Amino acid sequence: MFRGPGVAIEIAQSLLALMLAPALVGLVRWIKARLQSRQGAPVWMPYAQLRRLFRKQVVVSPHASWVFHVAPFVVFGATLVVSLLVPIAVTPLPFNDVADLFTLVYLLMLATVFLALGGLDPGSAFGGMGSSREMTIAALSEPAVALAILSLAMVSGSTNLGEIAARTVADPAAALSPGYALAFVSLFIVMLAETGRLPVDNPSTHLELTMIHEAMVLEYSGPYLALLEWASWLKFFVFCVLASNLFVPWGLSTSLEPGALAVALATTLIKLVVLAAAVAVLETRVAKLRLFRVPELLAVSFVLGLLAAASSFALR
Amino acid sequence: MKLFAKIRQVGLATEPLGPTHGRAGDPDPVELVRAIDERSRKVIGRSVAIRQVDAGSCNGCELEIGALSGPVYDLERFGLHVVASPRHADLLLVTGPVTRNMEVPLRKTWEATPDPKLVVAVGECAESCGVFAGSYAVAGRVADVVPVDAVVRGCPPTPTDILRGILAALGKVPHG
Amino acid sequence: MGETLLPQTLFLAMVGGYAATAAALVVPQSPRLSRWVGAAGSTIGASAGLALAAAVLVTGTPFVAQAPGILTPAGGLLLSLDRLGALFLAVLSGVAIPASVFGLGYTAGYGGRYSLGWMAFNTGGFLLAMSLVVCAANVITLVLAWELMALASYFLVVTEHDDPAVTRAGVWYAAMTHAGLLAILAAFFLLGAASGSTGWSFGELRSASPSLSPVVRNAVFLLALAGFGSKAGLVPLHIWLPRAHPAAPSHVSALMSGAMVKLGLYGILRVGLDLLGVGPLWWGTVVIGLGAASALVGVLYALVDDDLKRLLAYSTVENVGLVCLGIGAGMVFRSLGDLEASALAFTAALLHVINHAAFKGTLFLAVGSIVHATGTRDMNRLGGLARRMPWTTPVFLVGALGLAALPPLNGFVSEWLLFQSFLPGVASSRASIAVLLTLGVGTLALAGGLAAATCVKAFGISCLAIPRSSRAEAAHDAPGSMRAGMVALALACPALAVFTIPLLRTVTSVLGELMAVPGAWPPPNAGFTVQAPGVDARMSPVAILVVLVGVLAGVWLAVRLLASRRRRTGETWGCGRIVQTPRMQYTATAFAEPLRRVFDELYRPADDLIVDVHPDSRYFIQGIEYRSRLPRWFMRFLYGPVVQAVVWAATRTRTLQSGSVNLYLAYIVAVLVVLLGLTIGF
Repeated sequence: MFRGPGVAIEIAQSLLALMLAPALVGLVRWIKARLQSRQGAPVWMPYAQLRRLFRKQVVVSPHASWVFHVAPFVVFGATLVVSLLVPIAVTPLPFNDVADLFTLVYLLMLATVFLALGGLDPGSAFGGMGSSREMTIAALSEPAVALAILSLAMVSGSTNLGEIAARTVADPAAALSPGYALAFVSLFIVMLAETGRLPVDNPSTHLELTMIHEAMVLEYSGPYLALLEWASWLKFFVFCVLASNLFVPWGLSTSLEPGALAVALATTLIKLVVLAAAVAVLETRVAKLRLFRVPELLAVSFVLGLLAAASSFALR
Repeated sequence: MKLFAKIRQVGLATEPLGPTHGRAGDPDPVELVRAIDERSRKVIGRSVAIRQVDAGSCNGCELEIGALSGPVYDLERFGLHVVASPRHADLLLVTGPVTRNMEVPLRKTWEATPDPKLVVAVGECAESCGVFAGSYAVAGRVADVVPVDAVVRGCPPTPTDILRGILAALGKVPHG
Repeated sequence: MGETLLPQTLFLAMVGGYAATAAALVVPQSPRLSRWVGAAGSTIGASAGLALAAAVLVTGTPFVAQAPGILTPAGGLLLSLDRLGALFLAVLSGVAIPASVFGLGYTAGYGGRYSLGWMAFNTGGFLLAMSLVVCAANVITLVLAWELMALASYFLVVTEHDDPAVTRAGVWYAAMTHAGLLAILAAFFLLGAASGSTGWSFGELRSASPSLSPVVRNAVFLLALAGFGSKAGLVPLHIWLPRAHPAAPSHVSALMSGAMVKLGLYGILRVGLDLLGVGPLWWGTVVIGLGAASALVGVLYALVDDDLKRLLAYSTVENVGLVCLGIGAGMVFRSLGDLEASALAFTAALLHVINHAAFKGTLFLAVGSIVHATGTRDMNRLGGLARRMPWTTPVFLVGALGLAALPPLNGFVSEWLLFQSFLPGVASSRASIAVLLTLGVGTLALAGGLAAATCVKAFGISCLAIPRSSRAEAAHDAPGSMRAGMVALALACPALAVFTIPLLRTVTSVLGELMAVPGAWPPPNAGFTVQAPGVDARMSPVAILVVLVGVLAGVWLAVRLLASRRRRTGETWGCGRIVQTPRMQYTATAFAEPLRRVFDELYRPADDLIVDVHPDSRYFIQGIEYRSRLPRWFMRFLYGPVVQAVVWAATRTRTLQSGSVNLYLAYIVAVLVVLLGLTIGF
């Protein structure tokens, strides 16, 4: 639908996501600092971090191969393609015909796989540890995601994001159904696991033995590190947009009218801020789980997904 | 919920930067912060990643460095943060006299840090080996092992001193 | 006239090419010549086979040939290559061409140790037998070709016959394949006898089957499922696969995994979809159950295995399970009368057959190249190959990404279709079906996730980081012919994703021959977008590939232009420790450890931890030894008793064999008397 301008809006939307992602992470950090009675770094600090890293030197291990150099680009590129898919302000857009929610999940998996390979490449024990743990969590969160997608697809009759969002925009009451609520909680748990948030992974840890995501990027420096960090922030942003605009799509525009677009953008931003606050409060409240308790959390997420599918089935 | 009630009760614990803080004769802390701000922006882009290396310290300096990231001093508000790998770092905070066992690791840490990079030697021991000078277990001062950009004296130095040392280092042209 | 002659010429070229490998037998003094003759014969045969398959797929006219004079009492030899057969012929020939080219260089390593002529001859015979299996149009032809395939592949498996592990694998393979043959024979005898036809041709069986009693139909289906399922490697009949695949030479493993295993699926489809027609609902349910079990068991064992080829073999079990999930879903929908959903599910299954052949073939060839270079399949002795084998490792990575079902490669496309094909079932009005397929989606997703972890382990541990042995350190890349073979097959992975739409049309035409396929599938004007009917989901592999490559190029360019380009080499960071040795790295075992612990209840490993302390103080540890074994549960509880029973029976029977000529004569007299008595009695 709306071909020419649609593509332009789509690319603009994705670039907006790319630009806003560091701010969202900065916001979570700032709220967390405030909850720790600290003044905290300003919200825009992650941008400065990126700027600094892009100017620095890359130090490469002599044991690293071409995979080490390719990985940051694939991780960043795949995540950027994912950001083309999510409905930030307007839906559906041309890319909606190209890929659906399953594709989105598998594109993120592609990024995860390359991140894990990049972690293994320099031959450091920490990297191997991070890769092994990351793949464990990624593998176990897959079924929960699939079932959450399934329950959305059962309501809207399609796994394409455009249709799912359009369905709830047309019928906002559907967003309040138990199937949606359960699927939301299931996806929220997966989001915490996939984006390396507490209680699964501590994004601000300095202790190698407790690391998951950090351990994999321990060997990266300079622009490579910048790409990987940015990609992980973008992934967090994308998950937040998914959680807010698929389950609470109120305000999402279905046309290209400037007014509607502005409203949609504003509501999305508000939703993101609320979600960031929720994540920050949660991170202040809960402690990190032991690694071998994480599968239990993901099993909870899976069962919630199953219940979501069951209730969508029962209430059809 | 008790936790959040407590958080509200405590409020903001970070010390406001007023002229009453710091010792007499020191530059105004507000000025200090502004200066850190400006120079770090000029040199490394308003965000500095710190890697701390304990080269044989008694951990007195570590306690003070730890206090830097607590709510009172809150290092993060200046754009300074501690990182887990020298690959991510711009600045090395080295404490203690360099013991024989830590000599190679310290050099390796310096080599592992990408350019441009800075080194701050924190504490009396880092500067002159302190009371450990001449010990069979000590290899020498920090400056004997890696090039040092700034020195913070004191046993242990106060967090404000350490901040000032970082500022002094940022004023220099970094290596690389 | 020309139209009718072309398939015949191609068929003769195929048979001739494969038969020409026999010439390798007569030049035993020149291993080099044997290799060339074998590779050339197989390549020519496979190319002709591919062309023949293409001709049948395009025109839709079956290629028919018969030799009624041979084995007349059993109906004579009858060949008829329809579209279903042609699809499988295309798959096996498509894998056979690069595998034969690869084999040319690979078999050089066997020179002087084993007879290359015998190997070349067996490879040709194996390929010929597989091609004839899919052409067979009556029971006797199928069974003969099937047995020939089993024999030739057996000889290939035991190529390294001086290794006891290899001969043991050979015994298991032979036993399982013949047990399977027994089940297949029983199925066809039952079907043939009940149909009352004389020649037992597939046409006759097909037309007779709907009128048979349900008991016979059920028995035939279950026997065929067991027989063909044992070849396909369905759990619990998969037991030979992880033994035989590592034992065989790598290009043969590629053929076995890419092609032969698929013929088991061909058999299931031929009987379950074609000959028996629409079955009761529970047939499909059984297939889904077996598929889900195979997918999970396969991937879980692949994950924890440290032997590269055994890992791939287990992952073949997983993928066969995925295909069976699709086949089962197709059968369920067909029984329910939902033809559109059924066509979608069968399409997904057949597409996965094609895609799996491509990426698994690629992986086996890449691993073959690694084995060729390092002499080991043990991942814990590999590492650092990415810097030493610049051709092999990208090929390996492509195969691994295909296996992990990641976009933009082909594995993703078929897995996506499998997901989509389950959705109409989840929305089905029958609660039991909805629950079954919902769990099926969960299984599919879990298998996908674990497969990704397996791929990271397989590629990451064996190709990246520091070499873990001197053999790996001295590794060198493969010679030209091996490179050509594996690169060609690796390129097929993205190509199959790009040409998904034409592939879908082909697969649909195959289905159209077997069952009524709604005209709307695949949508005629879908362009490059795959559109799943019923669930209205869209995905375009081409666009994803283009966008991904475009974004990657853009990001690379931007970073190159805008970011710092300074680069320096510096030791791997290890908290300042003095030296780094390969032993400090994560091993394959360690990598899989978290997931192994998560699924502890299923693996139930036996771990031994032996800590050797100093005699004076237990705080001084001299050595720690950790041993972990995964008990073979299928072996212990399923096959153990069977093997024991067989041995017991064999021991008892042995008392008959006293060695005394007089006793044997007595047996003969006794048998004659009994026979005489029976004859008179009648």
